[in-house]
Amino acid sequence: MSEPHATDLGPLVPRNRAVHPPAYDIDYKTSVPRSPRWSLLSMESTPSEETGPRFGHSLLGDLDNNLILNFTNGKAPAVGERILMHGRVLDENNRPVPHTLVEIWQANAGGRYRHKKDTYLAPLDPNFGGCGRTITDENGYYEFLTIRPGAYPWPNRANDWRPMHIHISVYGHSFGQRLITQMYFEGDPLIDRCPIAATVKDRSQLENLVAPLDMGKSRPLDFLAYKFDIVLRGRRQTMFENKLEGM
Amino acid sequence: MVQKLDYLAESASQTAGPYVHIGLMPTYAGNPGCYTTEIATSPITDGAKGELIEITGEVFDGTGWALRDALIESWQPDAAGKFAGQDGADPAVSGHCRFAADADTGLFTLRSVKPGAVAMRGGAMQAPHISLWIVARGINIGLQTRIYFEDEDNSNDPLLNRIEQRNRVDTLIAKKTGAGQYRFDIRLQGDGETVFLDI
Repeated sequence: MSEPHATDLGPLVPRNRAVHPPAYDIDYKTSVPRSPRWSLLSMESTPSEETGPRFGHSLLGDLDNNLILNFTNGKAPAVGERILMHGRVLDENNRPVPHTLVEIWQANAGGRYRHKKDTYLAPLDPNFGGCGRTITDENGYYEFLTIRPGAYPWPNRANDWRPMHIHISVYGHSFGQRLITQMYFEGDPLIDRCPIAATVKDRSQLENLVAPLDMGKSRPLDFLAYKFDIVLRGRRQTMFENKLEGM
Repeated sequence: MVQKLDYLAESASQTAGPYVHIGLMPTYAGNPGCYTTEIATSPITDGAKGELIEITGEVFDGTGWALRDALIESWQPDAAGKFAGQDGADPAVSGHCRFAADADTGLFTLRSVKPGAVAMRGGAMQAPHISLWIVARGINIGLQTRIYFEDEDNSNDPLLNRIEQRNRVDTLIAKKTGAGQYRFDIRLQGDGETVFLDI
């Protein structure tokens, strides 16, 4: 292969596992049988991790990032408190990640998901699907119009409830940057009672998953806004990066 | 005191949860038509060059039970070892697919072309492989692993050669079960635990 790294952006910065939840957490019961026991095999990233799928704007429908309207194709709005979720996708080097796909999914205002396995008492909203997607602009910025999801109970300990949250999936530009996380809402008293939120052991890292109310972006007589930035792994490039092995 | 570094910490991962499919595989979740174009439904389109392959398997937890809710993403180059977007890459190979364990049986299936070998930084060649990323309820951060192939020469692969316990290498190698047919099981924990990667 000729010059596979002619435009080498450098290897991915190794993951700092301390900022993430451990695989095993006894208070999140399902993690107990689903957590690897042996150490992960660590290695510098290769093109298999440094490349990744890209998606173009032509993929998107006009309402893909409007969860209030996308399920009925604009015919009828979803029930719930209207909110704008917005922010930037950045990397660890504090650089924006432009043109990357951001996908979200969430429960409806009553705390029920439109999924064949969700049997919670709260009813489905006929006008709410619960998923949306968009592609960040050249500054890494994204936004979604949606409704505030409801809290809901889940089978874990005898009376566990999930705080209001929105699931977020981000690609970045490298398969090794792939990340799924959750956005919580400022002031929700269930955050500190949630075993899934509590899998994040670093307090400042948990706080980074809580979106503040952002009155500067909320639109009078229409919606409140919540600001949520997402940080992906960065690339390490130095003047010395493109040397041959052993030199 | 010292100067301040201005790096940001990567956002903490959180589990994809039991309903990940409504976000990433809406048709599977029972919501077909959610999007006009659902992404990553196949890593190839008609006319992809190379050997067509089908890999089936299950994702087992530490008790030996097959997960019914696992969602897996794959990423691979084309048959010549080029990734989508690189010069000369096969336009019929996106290389990216999402597939789920069957809600009743736990079986997953990936249909693709066999990937080519890929050079690493410095020139060493990696044996043909498909990168995987596995998420599900109870998995707090997506698990990275790779599928290699038993009918390829894996002897010089830099990643496989880093595995100290040689009896674990087999956990990354798909077994050939027929022409173009492979079996690849993933064990999250317990006997035969798959080698997961930090890469």
